[in-house]
Amino acid sequence: MDKFISIEQFCIHHNVDFAFIESLNQYGLVEITTIEDTRYIIVEQIKDVEKMIRMHYELDINIEGIEAIYHLLNKVDSLQEELTILKNKLNRYE
Amino acid sequence: MDFIDYYKVLEIDKNASEDEIKKAYRKLARKLHPDLNPNDNNAKKKFQEINEANEVLSDPEKRKKYDKYGKDWKHADEFEKAKQQQGSSGFASDNAQRNPNQQEDFSDFFESMFGGTAGGRRSSQSKFRGQDLSTELHLDLKDVFQSHKQTFTVNGKAIRLTIPAGVENGQTIKITGHGGEGVNDGPHGDLYITFSISNSTKFKRDGNNLYVTIDLNLYTAILGGEIMVDTFDGKVKLTIKPETQTGTKVKLKGKGFPIYKKEGEYGDLYITYQLKIPVNLTEKEKELFTQLSILNSNG
Repeated sequence: MDKFISIEQFCIHHNVDFAFIESLNQYGLVEITTIEDTRYIIVEQIKDVEKMIRMHYELDINIEGIEAIYHLLNKVDSLQEELTILKNKLNRYE
Repeated sequence: MDFIDYYKVLEIDKNASEDEIKKAYRKLARKLHPDLNPNDNNAKKKFQEINEANEVLSDPEKRKKYDKYGKDWKHADEFEKAKQQQGSSGFASDNAQRNPNQQEDFSDFFESMFGGTAGGRRSSQSKFRGQDLSTELHLDLKDVFQSHKQTFTVNGKAIRLTIPAGVENGQTIKITGHGGEGVNDGPHGDLYITFSISNSTKFKRDGNNLYVTIDLNLYTAILGGEIMVDTFDGKVKLTIKPETQTGTKVKLKGKGFPIYKKEGEYGDLYITYQLKIPVNLTEKEKELFTQLSILNSNG
């Protein structure tokens, strides 16, 4: 169970509505696992979910906006990774 | 410390209404929030600036003091008291001289923003994970050929870390729980270390493979022979085939760079031969080359 955190507990800690996490789930932004009637999110996803909470509650970005940003940030990540690989390759010819 | 014009920071007029301040802050926060600008220290700094500006200008009391005392607004109460006691108007500048450290820019107070404590909506009783910290570690290629332990300091804390062999330039690793402290017993954040690896060696690295160009003298290239070649961690003897051309490449399997997190596994070393033409020839050598040339043109 170490890799799961109950959504109820998570929502209490962050003072957010359960419905918000459900909405993220509906948009495919967070995975919810149900074990014996309790709903959980995976620990590895917490950082992303916290980021989405900040976007929503601090920056007033709606779920559609969060979805778009989430995909763009993933794209930025992979482009940065690719850039680093290419820069390292380029060093060979300098 | 230079005076920071909070109105300028929020890109608003000095007469801006509360609503205009809120809107300006939201607009800039959406642009500069660290979540939307990962690894961008400039955005992070600007975000701290707009937060500080917003904190002051969105609070009517603080704004009033700021408008009246400018950079010394935090000491407004002291000024008022001093004014009453001394009836003096020169106190503000004196005070600024005496307390240079009190005007440290963007304070402590906003440090917690990045751990998720920001936003008035959430309760102060909530537990929050500490902020994630990121740092850059500068190493030389030689330093990452073998796993080794290194101690370094982040935010005043010494951290002893095993640097795995084969780590890449630009690679980021996460050290769980070594970030900022949590709030209200919340868990620590994580520490992200990005490696910046310079290369002072003659070897070029591409992933796990190493590349090196070595000089080959004319006679060995033509007649063949044996040469000693440097690898990253030693020397090997190579047999050169007769009539080896310049630009010929050979691969030494397993003599490249260690593969990250795969102990005992290595990439390959690619050697390119570069033919070295002899210089400062003696008369005898010139004569022999001339003879060879004649022989070649007759053949």
